[in-house]
Amino acid sequence: MTVRKIVEVLDARVVAGEGDLDLEVGSACGADLMSDVMAFVKEKVVLLTGLVNPQAIRTADLMDIRVVVFVRGKSPSEDMVEMARENGMILLSTKYSMFLACGRLYEAGLKSGGVREID
Amino acid sequence: MRYRYLVPGDDFSMAGKASAEVKRILGQLGIDPAIVKRVSVAMYEAEINMAIHAGGGVAEADISPERIVVTMADEGPGISDIDLAMTEGYSTAPEWIRELGFGAGMGLPNMKRNADEFGIESEVGRGTKVTMLVRFAAAAPAAAQGAEREASP
Repeated sequence: MTVRKIVEVLDARVVAGEGDLDLEVGSACGADLMSDVMAFVKEKVVLLTGLVNPQAIRTADLMDIRVVVFVRGKSPSEDMVEMARENGMILLSTKYSMFLACGRLYEAGLKSGGVREID
Repeated sequence: MRYRYLVPGDDFSMAGKASAEVKRILGQLGIDPAIVKRVSVAMYEAEINMAIHAGGGVAEADISPERIVVTMADEGPGISDIDLAMTEGYSTAPEWIRELGFGAGMGLPNMKRNADEFGIESEVGRGTKVTMLVRFAAAAPAAAQGAEREASP
C-alpha cells in the first residue's frame, strides 16, 4: 500500500514528507510503548502511535521505520517534525482512534503486522 | 575507534542521541544495516534506562573492523535482582515513564536479544554497567536463532 493510500484511508494530514507519498509499505504496527516496538517489530512497518514525543521519532529512526501516524488527532511538535525531516521520514496525523485507524488500514488491505514470532 | 557520550539524567528528550550518533557512524562505515539496527536498539534501550533509573551516565562505543563493544555505565541505584530485571515485562519504571512510551519491562531483554555477547554488573547503591558486543560478520545473531547466550568473560 502506498503512503498516499494510507493518507486517504485515514483521512490523515501530512505533517512531514509530503514529497514521498508514493513510498510502498507492506505492514503496520500500532503501539504506544516504544520498547515493544523495538522488541517485536521486524519489518519496515508503518508505526501508528498515540505517543507524541521525540522518542517516537527516535525509535522509528532506529528501527528504519519511515512512516509514523499519530492517532487520536495528535500533532507532533516542531522539534519532532524537524527531526523527522532530517531523517527523511513521513509523519501523518489522523483523527481516528488507534483501534479505528488500525481497523481501517486492515480493511483496506494492509494485513501484515511485521513483527517477529511471539512465543 | 572510541567514542564517548554523556547521557543526561535530567532531560529525557535527549535520551537516544548517542545511539542515533553511533547508528550514523556504523552506517558510514558500511556495516550491514541489520547489524546496525541491533546495535542501535541495544544501545538505545540502555540509554533510556540510564535516563529513567540512574540519573544519566556514560556511554562508550569501541569500534574495530570486526565488532563493536558498547559499554554503558552509571552511578545510579543499582539492580538488586538482575534475574528478575531480565524478565520480559518486569519493570520498576514509574507511571510517568510509561506515559513517555517506556517502562514496558523489555529494555534489558531487548539488549540481550540484540547483542552477541551481553554482560551486566550491578551493585546496589553504587551503579550498573552493561557491556554489549556485536560482531559485524554475517554470523547468525542470537535474535535470529531465538537463542540466548551469556557474555563470555
